[in-house]
Amino acid sequence: MIHFPKLNINTETLSILLVGVGGQGTILASNVLAELGLNLGYDVKKAEVHGMSQRGGSVISHLRWGETVYSPIIAQGQADIMIAFEKLEALRFIDQIRPGGFVVINDQEIVPVTVSTSDVVYPDDQTIREKIAEYTPNQYWVKGVAAAEALGNAKAANVVLLGAMSAMMGMDPEPWLDVISSRVPAKYLDLNQQAFYKGREAVES
Amino acid sequence: MVLNEEYKPMKRLLSGNEAVARGAWEAGCSVASGYPGTPSTEILENFARYPHVYAEWAPNEKVGLDSAIGAAYAGKRSISTMKHVGLNVAADSLFYVAETGIEAGLVIVSADDPSMHSSQNEQDNRQYAKFARIPCFDPADSQEAKDFTIAAFDLSERFDTPVLLRLTTRVCHTSGPVEVFEQQQQLPEPGKYPRNIKKYVVIPANARQLHPVVEARVQDLAKYAETSPLNRVEWRDKKLGIITGGIAYQYAREVFPDASVLKLGMVYPIPEKLIKDFAAQMDAVIVLEELDPFIEDQVRAMGVTLFEPTTKPEFPLSKSVFPIFGELNPLIVRNAAKAAGLLNGEAEELPNALQVELPPRPPSLCPGCPHRSSFYVLNKLKIPVNGDIGCYTLGVAPPLNSIHTCGCMGASIGVAHGAAIAGDKERHVAVIGDSTFFHSGIQGLINVAYNRSNTITIIMDNRVTGMTGHQQNPGTGLTLQNRETIEVDIEAMVRACGITKVLTVEAYDVDVIEKTLKQWMKEDEPAVLITKEECALLPSARKQYLPLEVTDQCNGCTVCFRIGCPAILKSEELDPKYNRSLAEIDAALCTGCEICAQVCPRDAILFRDQVRAKQVN
Ligand SMILES: Cc1ncc(C[n+]2csc(CCOP(=O)(O)OP(=O)(O)O)c2C)c(N)n1
Repeated sequence: MIHFPKLNINTETLSILLVGVGGQGTILASNVLAELGLNLGYDVKKAEVHGMSQRGGSVISHLRWGETVYSPIIAQGQADIMIAFEKLEALRFIDQIRPGGFVVINDQEIVPVTVSTSDVVYPDDQTIREKIAEYTPNQYWVKGVAAAEALGNAKAANVVLLGAMSAMMGMDPEPWLDVISSRVPAKYLDLNQQAFYKGREAVES
Repeated sequence: MVLNEEYKPMKRLLSGNEAVARGAWEAGCSVASGYPGTPSTEILENFARYPHVYAEWAPNEKVGLDSAIGAAYAGKRSISTMKHVGLNVAADSLFYVAETGIEAGLVIVSADDPSMHSSQNEQDNRQYAKFARIPCFDPADSQEAKDFTIAAFDLSERFDTPVLLRLTTRVCHTSGPVEVFEQQQQLPEPGKYPRNIKKYVVIPANARQLHPVVEARVQDLAKYAETSPLNRVEWRDKKLGIITGGIAYQYAREVFPDASVLKLGMVYPIPEKLIKDFAAQMDAVIVLEELDPFIEDQVRAMGVTLFEPTTKPEFPLSKSVFPIFGELNPLIVRNAAKAAGLLNGEAEELPNALQVELPPRPPSLCPGCPHRSSFYVLNKLKIPVNGDIGCYTLGVAPPLNSIHTCGCMGASIGVAHGAAIAGDKERHVAVIGDSTFFHSGIQGLINVAYNRSNTITIIMDNRVTGMTGHQQNPGTGLTLQNRETIEVDIEAMVRACGITKVLTVEAYDVDVIEKTLKQWMKEDEPAVLITKEECALLPSARKQYLPLEVTDQCNGCTVCFRIGCPAILKSEELDPKYNRSLAEIDAALCTGCEICAQVCPRDAILFRDQVRAKQVN
């Protein structure tokens, strides 16, 4: 059984969804989560789609931990946790979350090219918040890019999100930092650690 | 397998593709040839990095398979990888090697793409195994992907047959823990190249002798399947028995945790006795598989009675319980089982669909993409365009809207030529990328030249195989294993095909492309325009990025929006006179390709030189 008392999660298979826009660093984040699961002693599956969607399209990764994980895909409406690297994508995929699931949202806006070539508008924050609230009361917004920029590198936003997630799940930072350290180049280690703690603060405060 | 005692397996997180590469290496495979294609590409990219192996990108799948066959004839374990549609290209070779067999193990990997995440169809390549009479392995996860690859080499040699290792997107691109060994199997050095004419020269007289050998081989393989460790029965409750293979096994376990399962690792040929014995012990039996009723039809043909749902299948070829379309997942499986009366309860309601229209985010040409200018011009000139497969297929999307057909790799030039020989009133343009031209475009161009149609072809040479993630190709000067090599000169190649009207231009130069096409449309002869500029995502291109700026000359005329560049945004600011959104450039995305600056009728976007001059001041 997988048990996260802070989130009231008690399940055989934990299902985590990562959504964002091609090129945003969702892959590093899902790799970290997969390895973390393995280090914690779980069976792990991580599914992503490569190819076509990388060209600036919506991207989605499925991640599952459990005693034995069978399906690599999380069925619609079954995700326990969703990390959204971009606001619009959070809303686009919100129907993947189970009622009462947890959503971490990076407060970043990447306007799709369809906005400048059609009349469809990018939804405002209030609409996004309200629509997400129809699915779950548990949404955490994190200023990932701002936090990472304050540290001098916007690219570390994905690690800010991981930090936020670790705090949200009520987990100690060490196992996360172990994995992150093994995956980032040495010269960025310090930056990534700070980014991770920024993310934790965002949720803890 | 000969293993040194010291080498204990250790667990690593590997994708299915990484696991196949690992398995091939552990099995002592030392030659690989294939062509990139999602979801197969990472197999060779990973294999190429192992010590003591030779790995290459061939210009297309047929050449790749022939090369692997040649290496297997020469006594080296070899692998050839491709996406499912690649096996169509290589099919002729598949069929002869199925007849001849090999000297050393040959594994052919077909990565299928149910749900067409990155493909033009979702053909089920298990059918090829049956068609060509060769064994087919269908792993369900990364561990099996590795184990089955090793087993495939052994089986290939034992039965003197190529083995089809059939993967699907979810297996290729799902990572899971895999036990790896740090040592390769030590294989004997190959002997002298065979002079076995009866086996390897398939002239009719020999081929007639070989066909019965092939049929007998299938029979032997079916016998082997009865006891093969690749197939296993998991006994649980006997009310429901599930026969399954590949990724569908995972959904069987998740949705029917109590059911007994007959898991087929080898899905062709299948073990008749094992299946009948299993079925005989169950109250009801179903087959759970993705796409075609491949196992289902074979099981029925054996005379096994399968569970009959009350509902009739949707289409004549449908499976009895599960959909024939798309990839399965636990929800689809559960709902289909409920609809069929296998599980209690109504089909689960999906959570409410969002009641708000969101701007879609389809894949699109990247900022700075050198393909963009040609599509802008083609759209402006309203020319019918026969397209091909690659990043440039995205020219179909609004606002460029400039591709009117696209079927498979290499089809563009032939289809455009077809319009010409049919006497179509409009002049057609074919567009094709560099890698696709080398893959199968050249023959179409030879046909245009030879049979003298007035087809115009644009070869979009972005110096790399872009769509599948930047693989080297015969035009790039490097091989898969990063050795320096020749660069095939596309212009010289085009001339050698017999085309005399050829021009190579800078791909970002909108004006030259427009003038050239307009001029050529007036002349009645075949012509080829090569638009050359490296892909904007290549590291060398990234070094040149210089974001452009919009000046206060902008009046929101929207012309720059029509190039469909993700870096050009609608500003919140409105033009006071026309009350329409001004253009704004996202400096984080803009590469400074200047296509927008060229099309702007009011010179309201600064060119690179102007931006630099401004920065200096
Ligand atoms: C028969 C076949 N093999 C492989 C693929 C996968 N594939 C799609 S596009 C592409 C490469 C296109 O490269 P290029 O022609 O250079 O165009 P670019 O994407 O760089 O614009 C490949 C290999 C395919 N669709 N069909």
